[in-house]
Amino acid sequence: MPDQNMSAFIPGKDATPAHTAAYCGILTALAMIFSYVEALIPVHFGIPGIKLGLANLVVLSGLYYLRPGMVLMISAARIVLTGLLFGNGVSILYSLAGGMLSYAVMMITLLAGGFSPAGVSVAGGVSHNIGQLLVAAIVLQTPVLIRYLPVLLAAGTVAGLLMGMLTMRVMRALHIPY
Amino acid sequence: MQFLTRRDRFLIAAVLGCAAVLAVWFYILPFMMPPSGNDDLVCVTIDGESYGTWPLSEDHEEDIDTPYGHNHLTIRDGSAQMTEADCPDGLCMHQGRISRPGEMIVCLPHRVIAEVISRDGTSQGYDSISQ
Repeated sequence: MPDQNMSAFIPGKDATPAHTAAYCGILTALAMIFSYVEALIPVHFGIPGIKLGLANLVVLSGLYYLRPGMVLMISAARIVLTGLLFGNGVSILYSLAGGMLSYAVMMITLLAGGFSPAGVSVAGGVSHNIGQLLVAAIVLQTPVLIRYLPVLLAAGTVAGLLMGMLTMRVMRALHIPY
Repeated sequence: MQFLTRRDRFLIAAVLGCAAVLAVWFYILPFMMPPSGNDDLVCVTIDGESYGTWPLSEDHEEDIDTPYGHNHLTIRDGSAQMTEADCPDGLCMHQGRISRPGEMIVCLPHRVIAEVISRDGTSQGYDSISQ
């Protein structure tokens, strides 16, 4: 069980809808702040889509102590809201494709068992980049973008590993079991 | 890294292995082809439709206006570069100069791709001219 002080607020199976909505709202806000902070880092790698994925800290840790539906809602709300605030319509499409594929793959690796949160995070980071690349290839109607795949696979692995290590530290501090 | 389980390690190795194989295929092999000299072209596509093709050997300035926004492509000294873009992130300008067949600049918000192709279209895995 998570930390005593914390677990009192986590909505369980018998939580009221208002309780669940409020808790999801708090975590969505936190994930949005992570997205914003990440956007402030002025580092460009020359290829669109290479980033740390700070907001995944909320989603990844959420998979271990929240109901799966809540995590999905938080992730989708975070992407749409940050897209409306800081991005444009097309960027929401890319992020949503990456976010939803990454959620599904992280869920599968978690259920498969045998992976640490860092391993789940790597699977999420890599699938996020694959999802974005697929949508970009469909929107731009060209397969040449696939040449970015090796870079995006490596970048997703590194970013996923770093975020996984960070998330494991946070989860240990909050006494979230994994 | 002792917190990584065996499955974690296997997953990381598998992904990086795939990336390495694809990198050799996409990045190393094109460089081993015989150089095609100054015969390379820059091909610009918008939304997958061909917009224009210019030789890298001639200096050229091109305004690319799409329904999504404005870009400016500069060809100088045998390489091409996106020198202006009115998109919010300006990532295409950060992608630098391209001069070798297979290299490209992508502007996702404006759906513009500038790609270097050789005149015979054979120095890469894809036949870009036929697309």
